[in-house]
Amino acid sequence: MNRLPRRLIAALAIGPVAALVVFYAWPFGTLLAEAVTGQALSETLRRSQTWDVVWFTLWQAVVSTIVTICVGLLPAYVVARFEFRGRSVLIGLLTATFVLPTVVMGAAFLALLPDSLDRTVWAVIGAHVAFNLAVVVRVVGALWEHLPTDMEHAAATLGASRWRVFTQISLPLIRPAITAAATIVFLFTFTSFGVIRILAAPGTRTIEVEVWRRATQLGDIGGAAVLALLQLAVLAVALVWSTLAQRRHSRALALRPEAVRRRARSRGERAFVAVAAGGAALVALVPLSALVVRSFSTPSGWSTSAWTQLGRTEVRPGIRVGVDPVDAIANSLSTMAWATLFAVVIGGVASLAITAAQRHGRLIDGGLMLPLGTSAVTIGLGMLITFDAPPADWRASWWLVPVGHALVAVPFVVRTCVGVLRSVDPEMTAAAATLGAAPVRAWRSTVVPYLWRPLGVGAALAAAISLGEFGATSFLSRSGGETLPIAIEQLLGRTGTTLQAQGYVLATLLAVTTVVLVIVVEQLQAGRRVEP
Amino acid sequence: MTVVVVTLAACASDGSDSGSGTTDEVAVGDPPAVAPTDSTDPADTADPSGDTITLVVYDSFPEADTSLNDALASFTEQTGIGVDILVAGDTGTMLSKASLTAGNPEGDVMWGIDNTLVSRAIADGVFEPHVATGITDGSIPVPEEFTALTPNGEATPVDYGDVCVNYDIGWFAERDLDPPSTLADLIDPAYAGMLVVQNPATSSPGLAFLLATIHEYGLEGWQDYWRALGENGVEVVEGWTEAYYERFSWAGGGPTPMVVSYGSSPPAEVIFADPPRDDAPTGVVEDTCFRQVEFAGVLRGTDSPEAARLLVDFLIGDEFQREVPLNLFVYPSNPAVTLPQEFVDFAVIPDQPRTLDPAVIDANRSTWIDEWTELVLG
Repeated sequence: MNRLPRRLIAALAIGPVAALVVFYAWPFGTLLAEAVTGQALSETLRRSQTWDVVWFTLWQAVVSTIVTICVGLLPAYVVARFEFRGRSVLIGLLTATFVLPTVVMGAAFLALLPDSLDRTVWAVIGAHVAFNLAVVVRVVGALWEHLPTDMEHAAATLGASRWRVFTQISLPLIRPAITAAATIVFLFTFTSFGVIRILAAPGTRTIEVEVWRRATQLGDIGGAAVLALLQLAVLAVALVWSTLAQRRHSRALALRPEAVRRRARSRGERAFVAVAAGGAALVALVPLSALVVRSFSTPSGWSTSAWTQLGRTEVRPGIRVGVDPVDAIANSLSTMAWATLFAVVIGGVASLAITAAQRHGRLIDGGLMLPLGTSAVTIGLGMLITFDAPPADWRASWWLVPVGHALVAVPFVVRTCVGVLRSVDPEMTAAAATLGAAPVRAWRSTVVPYLWRPLGVGAALAAAISLGEFGATSFLSRSGGETLPIAIEQLLGRTGTTLQAQGYVLATLLAVTTVVLVIVVEQLQAGRRVEP
Repeated sequence: MTVVVVTLAACASDGSDSGSGTTDEVAVGDPPAVAPTDSTDPADTADPSGDTITLVVYDSFPEADTSLNDALASFTEQTGIGVDILVAGDTGTMLSKASLTAGNPEGDVMWGIDNTLVSRAIADGVFEPHVATGITDGSIPVPEEFTALTPNGEATPVDYGDVCVNYDIGWFAERDLDPPSTLADLIDPAYAGMLVVQNPATSSPGLAFLLATIHEYGLEGWQDYWRALGENGVEVVEGWTEAYYERFSWAGGGPTPMVVSYGSSPPAEVIFADPPRDDAPTGVVEDTCFRQVEFAGVLRGTDSPEAARLLVDFLIGDEFQREVPLNLFVYPSNPAVTLPQEFVDFAVIPDQPRTLDPAVIDANRSTWIDEWTELVLG
């Protein structure tokens, strides 16, 4: 295939591998050592509080997952089987909701719910459901629209009710997709951090929040490390179970290559589609609208004051809240720029190495995916305790936060690039070589031109991830260096209406920017089959 | 360098002798201090003038526009050392950040870690030992009970006060209700839903109030007291600024007529009253008072240790200490400073403030906070 000189491949691989080892593997090892040495392990496991937190984390994740699946199946079915106006808009809307930063979603529900429901676990579950609806609609919908309909028709002809057709025929067939979607939703809700920090009462804590609290508020690094590993263990069990379940329930289906959707026929069907699609759209739109509305609401009625006087955080003359909204915007933008640069360079180079190195490429690929499977808080905590002493005394370095963000973003850059690179026709390189081009030149002229578009997609994704990153930043950001999510959490944690309104302003700005970046991604991807 | 220190120490002792009106004197005294700036002697690398250092403070410390900030500006004039203020949140939050960044500090000098937390700061290696020169050379007679709290000289006691439950006098008068007079009264259903406290994990007055209850009810009894407080509808917020300026009915226009604040909060209300008034609108429940001593110290890992030490020396001096009461509403630890009249009239200094042995606090703090969290927030 792309026969690059072995030494060049090694040179390409060494950067990303070194970054992975230094910024991921090493902190992870430090965390592990911190957890198993000393008394932290036995102390933490013996504390009844630990198990309360684990139990809460588990049950809220299970309930969130079940409710999300139940609520999501209807729109998934409608989107999979029916053609209607606004169908792609609905999918886009749900997807945009899914990629919103967690603090924005938390803020949106805080804005939406009446005070009596704020700070309750039901608010948290509601936010989790709205957040993850897209997972069900997209994952289950993708399988559903390719399912053959003849069995359903046959059952219906034989007199089975719709409900019976669904439970007896469709449900067993889509079960692997439901398991897959449930796994994803479970992973997200089990490690929920931003939503809980914003929306839940101070005593309501997932393991992720408890790791942060123990480390940053109580100074119990050992206990935090133990909890982080405990969380990882539960996640590993969930993943293994899910893989086995998907394997067990998967059956050979004669999937239709093309999705066949039809328009709603009867009036009843039209109403059904309208209700399901409209309901899903509302779930996505209403919280976000509440965000905007609250940014204009002040004790003295509607006003743009929070927007025009953004940055006025005085509670008394001379006394300010320790966070400046305007600085936070600037901090977020520069962090985003650097994180994107780091992610694109590391991810781009890694993608070239992965596709060129073939078998070893898999290893690099898998390694770079690891940060995705590790919770943000675990990454932040690991970096915090590792880069605090010589030879890696980097806590005060401006680039540490962007590097943390890049670590989470690199997998996305790699995924988009590797896919495109693998699809480059190897014969083109061969042809170029036959025509006399040196291997590097042949490779450069046939492979590299395909790289720009996926790099653009990767850059937009990295930018969105960096803007919204909250978990790792909670550990790494320093006073005066607060990014938008940190500032939003602090402002919304206050009871003063003026400060809260400014928090909603920042959340609105963050939401809009993220949605714009997602649209950029979709546009770039839509055009990806066009020749470079 | 020595010149600067000596000059400053001299200024400080001058000030403490002659009380107010020494500002000009201090300014006059500065030329010799600034003189080394012009020195091009390459050996004089420690010369701090021209440095800008960062003073890390809690969120009720004014960032600008007050006489406290003017005093800091005068420090810059005298030494050539610029001072930036970095607000790091409530004291508990500020200490947590400092602990996590020990050796890689967010600033050079920290103001405001108190006796309930200073042992943790010391254990975590937050400070680089330095006691203000005015104390070590005896020119500023800070009481020994304060300096004894940091026996190895890790930090300098800069102010003290008492954390007490404050109440809105008018609110209670309107309802014809007597304000509580003891800790035990607070769990009386007659006062249900009337108290806002701070989370002891993030706030130092919150922790001080928890310690007051432990002092009263003991290691075995405080949990029951807090359970009862919880049932009586106590509200918990993260920090003092939020509790006082956003929830308290008098200062924040909030719904809650009692708040954990300071024994010196009532004079603040007189001084800031608009229109002016000559009686305090808020009162203090003396039985709830817990003694708090605040420290300033050089942060370990600072890039400008010399400038940082000079600032700590300045913070204990008369010129700065004089501004402490009316800006931070605590008592200056420099006993030579004359207190403003409003302070003398309205601040409450209990005869027997509650206090706990720092070693006991240190050994139990995280367990107590954990249990408290479980009990009240869980």
